[in-house]
Amino acid sequence: MTTIHFTLNGTSITIETPPIKRLLDVLREDLHLTGTKEGCGEGECGSCSVLMNGELVNSCLVPVLQAEGATICTIEGVATEGRLAPVQQCFLEEGGAQCGICTPGMILATHHLLEKYPQPTLLQIQEGLAGNLCRCTGYMRIFESVRKAAAGGTF
Amino acid sequence: MKRSTKSTQNPKPSFPPNRKCSILVDNPMPKNSPILGTSPLRKEGVAKVLGLAQYIDDITLPGMIYGATVRSAIPRGRILAITFDPSINWAEYTVVTAADIPGENTIIHLTKDHPCLAAEYVNHPDEPILLLAHKDKTLLPAAVAAVKIEYEQYPGIFTIEDSEAGVLKAEQGDESGIIWRGHGHGGTANTFKTYLMQKDRTPIPADIWAHADYIVEGEYRTGAQEQLYIENNGVIGEAVVENGTVVEVKVQGSMQCPFYLVHALEHVFALPQDKCRVVQTETGGAFGGKEDFPSVIGSHAALLAMKAGCPVKMTYDRAEDMVATTKRHPSRTRLKVAVSKEGKLLAGEIDFAIDGGAYATLSPVVLSRGVIHAGGPYHWPHLTVRGKAMATNIAPHGAFRGFGAPQSIFGIERHMDKIAKTIGLTPEELRRRNFLVEGGRTSTGQLLKEPMDMGALLTRALRESGYHRKREEFALTNLSSPIKRGIGFATFFHGSGFTGSGERRLNSLVEIEITPEGRPNILVSSTEFGQGTNTILCQVAAETLNLPYEDIQIAQPDTYKVPNSGPTVASRTAMIVGKLVERASTQLCGLLVGSGYVPENYTAEQFKIGAAKYVTELGAIKSSVRYEAPGDIFWDDETYSGDAYPGYAWAVYVAEVAVDTRTYSATCTDFHALQEVGKVLHPKLAAGQIEGGVAQGIGYALYEKCQWVNGRMANNQMTNYIMPTSADLPPIHAHFEEVPSIHGPGGAKGIGELPMDGPAPAILNAIEAATGIAFPEIPLLPEDIFRAMTEQPSASKSGAPHLASEMWVDAPQNQADAR
Repeated sequence: MTTIHFTLNGTSITIETPPIKRLLDVLREDLHLTGTKEGCGEGECGSCSVLMNGELVNSCLVPVLQAEGATICTIEGVATEGRLAPVQQCFLEEGGAQCGICTPGMILATHHLLEKYPQPTLLQIQEGLAGNLCRCTGYMRIFESVRKAAAGGTF
Repeated sequence: MKRSTKSTQNPKPSFPPNRKCSILVDNPMPKNSPILGTSPLRKEGVAKVLGLAQYIDDITLPGMIYGATVRSAIPRGRILAITFDPSINWAEYTVVTAADIPGENTIIHLTKDHPCLAAEYVNHPDEPILLLAHKDKTLLPAAVAAVKIEYEQYPGIFTIEDSEAGVLKAEQGDESGIIWRGHGHGGTANTFKTYLMQKDRTPIPADIWAHADYIVEGEYRTGAQEQLYIENNGVIGEAVVENGTVVEVKVQGSMQCPFYLVHALEHVFALPQDKCRVVQTETGGAFGGKEDFPSVIGSHAALLAMKAGCPVKMTYDRAEDMVATTKRHPSRTRLKVAVSKEGKLLAGEIDFAIDGGAYATLSPVVLSRGVIHAGGPYHWPHLTVRGKAMATNIAPHGAFRGFGAPQSIFGIERHMDKIAKTIGLTPEELRRRNFLVEGGRTSTGQLLKEPMDMGALLTRALRESGYHRKREEFALTNLSSPIKRGIGFATFFHGSGFTGSGERRLNSLVEIEITPEGRPNILVSSTEFGQGTNTILCQVAAETLNLPYEDIQIAQPDTYKVPNSGPTVASRTAMIVGKLVERASTQLCGLLVGSGYVPENYTAEQFKIGAAKYVTELGAIKSSVRYEAPGDIFWDDETYSGDAYPGYAWAVYVAEVAVDTRTYSATCTDFHALQEVGKVLHPKLAAGQIEGGVAQGIGYALYEKCQWVNGRMANNQMTNYIMPTSADLPPIHAHFEEVPSIHGPGGAKGIGELPMDGPAPAILNAIEAATGIAFPEIPLLPEDIFRAMTEQPSASKSGAPHLASEMWVDAPQNQADAR
């Protein structure tokens, strides 16, 4: 067991855990934040995406030891003061979420994309989200959601 | 377990059914804006975007432990011995074998050939043999590996052709190739089901073949396809055991059809229906892959719970889900078509075969839909379709969006382009000369009573996609470019609801109750798995009751609380269940207004107050309505003729492709999907259904290949089974025509499966237009294109597209016999 410290959604966390436990499992099992989903366990589907020090990572591929000292944002940290963040609102309004299982990861990927490209081109959206698989939407509604969020200027 | 309530089942309506209450009052209140045809927010959408929606893997019950499955390592054989490696402390584990099953060792769908756990014989790789549970899930993989099973191996059957050969050998007295015996299961040796569908119930006159100007033959194949919902199969089982006997079981989890699982549990546990409780939790995609399979994993988890005495969660990881659960049936379609020189279809003979895997499961029904859709949206003076579902030593194939239709439609739509080329017409002109028309009859003899116009759909789809302009443009640019571009299309239809007498047999029931707060609460077993069930059914009730959408609730599907409104499959939810919700709403309105608790021209507030008062003073209300088959719909299972579906969606899909002759990769670069689906209930959800289905269709055509090694899927990972990413897809334009149908709420028809049917043939037709090569099989990968372009001496990698006549690269039996 190792003691790991990190900042999660603005809160300081200290946890005793096996150092190679996946960050995904620490979030879901130890911290009971189940918004981060497991789709494949091998870094292909992006359902477990979280932001770690501002970078989009697959939490199924991150041993928790690597999170030492990091700042982590999960889907639970996106909405503020009981209100949906604009990206969440746009996904809701434009049909960017169907079954919803890829949605948390997709929303975090969108945040990451818009941080990098506040007014992304379609190609930038396509490439920015290519690590997050969605089997329901064919991505078209997701692109619309991202465009709408970008047009709003805040996310 | 149901509360005693005042039933309002089928009272005489106090006003004409299927009309909005507001229409009936003399001096209506200002009517709320229409709700059908608008795009209100998805009912469960807020929970989904917040990450708060609870999928099965997010749920932990007190005392819950974890289950795992020990599976066969071979495709076919007899189990000789099972030994447990002594290095594991087995006392810590719950172990379930077939001997622990209190009822029948079967997973029932249409018959009982499919064991819940293999007892003596195994018939496919990864067949479940034994179940383990432990409180520490990290210990389970090692424990599974420590169960050693010895087998006597038998040769496996892995293709439709192997299975057919087995039947032929058996006729010569050698039974070694028979892997499934039909006796008692509605089939014959190696053959789960056969159908013979004949236009007008008569064979094709022999002289048609003798006198036709052209006879065009072809053979087409489609591969297996993984549903690849992003949430794997998963459930939690619970059991109540008294004096060593199981008296009640409960399974909650990811699924489409809670009552299918109830039916399975009744057999496995020998319990009555009201002691088998099933609850659907938020479901992260399904596409048919959670239609039949939850009966397997659900029964397993409940067996472990029974033996362990505590709740047991079973969730597959991706590799297990891909290797062990159902996929789309591989298929082979052989067509022989007689055509006049004017381009009129004279007669068609279609042999349609699907690979059902090791057990019958739903294959007979998948076959049925494939057979009925095999002739396409065309007028056939004579048509004979023979269908058969064959057994192989592969994990059972199952439901996947389209359910047999994408397979046979791929055949007919590729073949229509081949016929056109053979007789010298354009693909467009050939289809225009043969489309079914309103007042015409389908291949099953169904009179098309509702308005439909394939010709107009084709005109619009070709216009929206710039088809003619692009054909001309590509003919020029292809002369000099190493990237060959092409545009092609498919025209097709898809029946809504269960086939034939299916809806009569389902006899679906829908209820709407009033909550103590005076809000209507829809009670159905129809499940939400992304497609929008919750939202559209609430829209239908809101529109019919003239209440705000936000005032309508829909209950979580729990078989102790909701009636059986049928499975959530077959493009039936919007049309069939939606219509029942509409009728139940009308009836509820009549009851409340008739009772005087709610005034005739009520406001939303008056409805709420009056309905709540009714419940307080008179007790619970449930407005129940049962399916009533339209009086003019008839089907004959014996002759396979009649009204196959109450309604059809009609569509034309146009695909544009680019084939790079240096890398041999084919890409879909633009896609237009035009459909007539009746009234569009929710434009954004409807577009989402079409776009998502087209994306799956593009994957089916160009990317998604199951690699089979001795009956086992070898590429059972997202890393090497390739579904389209956001960077792989073209713009997908969804267009709608709306011709209201009398069969659905507000005029809606089914939409869910339709978009799976058209993309693959449209894309391969476009690739033929681009390259001149007529590919007869999907998935079509770069290596297939490479092979076709390099193995044919005439297929050089540069220069003009080749003449079609040089480029038939499929098997010799596919050569057109043009006379």
